[in-house]
Amino acid sequence: MREISLNVMDIAQNSISAGANRITISVNEDSKTGCMTITVSDNGCGMTAGQVANATDPFFTTRTTRKVGLGVPLFKMEAEMTGGAFEIKSEKGIGTTVTANFMVSHVDMIPLGDINSTVLLLVTCNQDRDFIFHHSIDSREFTLDTRELRSALGDEVALNSPDVVEWIKSYLDEQTQLIKEETFR
Amino acid sequence: MKSLAELQAIRDKTRNQVILRENNDNAIRVLVGMATCGIAAGARPVLAALVDEVAKRGLANVTVTQTGCIGICQFEPVIEVVAPGQEKVTYVHMTPEKAVRVVNNHLVNGNVVTEYTIGADSK
Repeated sequence: MREISLNVMDIAQNSISAGANRITISVNEDSKTGCMTITVSDNGCGMTAGQVANATDPFFTTRTTRKVGLGVPLFKMEAEMTGGAFEIKSEKGIGTTVTANFMVSHVDMIPLGDINSTVLLLVTCNQDRDFIFHHSIDSREFTLDTRELRSALGDEVALNSPDVVEWIKSYLDEQTQLIKEETFR
Repeated sequence: MKSLAELQAIRDKTRNQVILRENNDNAIRVLVGMATCGIAAGARPVLAALVDEVAKRGLANVTVTQTGCIGICQFEPVIEVVAPGQEKVTYVHMTPEKAVRVVNNHLVNGNVVTEYTIGADSK
């Protein structure tokens, strides 16, 4: 993958396949330690201990279409390449949490990329699910919670109606700009 | 600054238009393959272009959604157009530019863009 944000999209698709209706994505950047932590957690069907142990094996998949599953192993590899770490926690019937740590200054670090585009597409193409996106850089942070958007919009207006898509896009850009700007002051 | 109050204004404005979307017999579904293979091949910009163009043209009868891997990874990014009463059309090796053309020619005017279909690609 060319961007970590594409992996995030891929991992979030697993949550969708697991039937989750609430998916939380968080990106935490810490300039002191040079560490970026990405977490994707869901309330989907979860995995058994055996499945968790196998999830990072490219030749293990619960799919029946073919014998390989590369999404999770790729994400793990990219994190470990930078000297970071990777972990999956899951409980059957409760949900799954995937955490990856990246050491951003490492030469093999892949850029985070357009994470806002990932979030926007996940939100607008999955009307029936809630997403919580949290991005922090040191002590500055912002959150996009579709449950809040829904309560402001009411039942009649969908999250993928043009004006709302535009609003979400501008909101994400604006907030990202704000938390980034301060870093260079 | 974007605020939730703006969303309430959008709500009041669009409330009336939304009812149109509900009961629509000629609903078209556009599926974008967003599994690991699709994403790695560049499906995200394609999906973004589709969502954008459909919104720009206000196509209320079109729903753009994601789907998993449909098993033809070598042709990714792949999109499928499913319209009632018509055979499913599969477009392959998509780019954001090609996607915009599919919206304009196929979704708006009903003309399949034959040169982008899987049939034309495998010849």
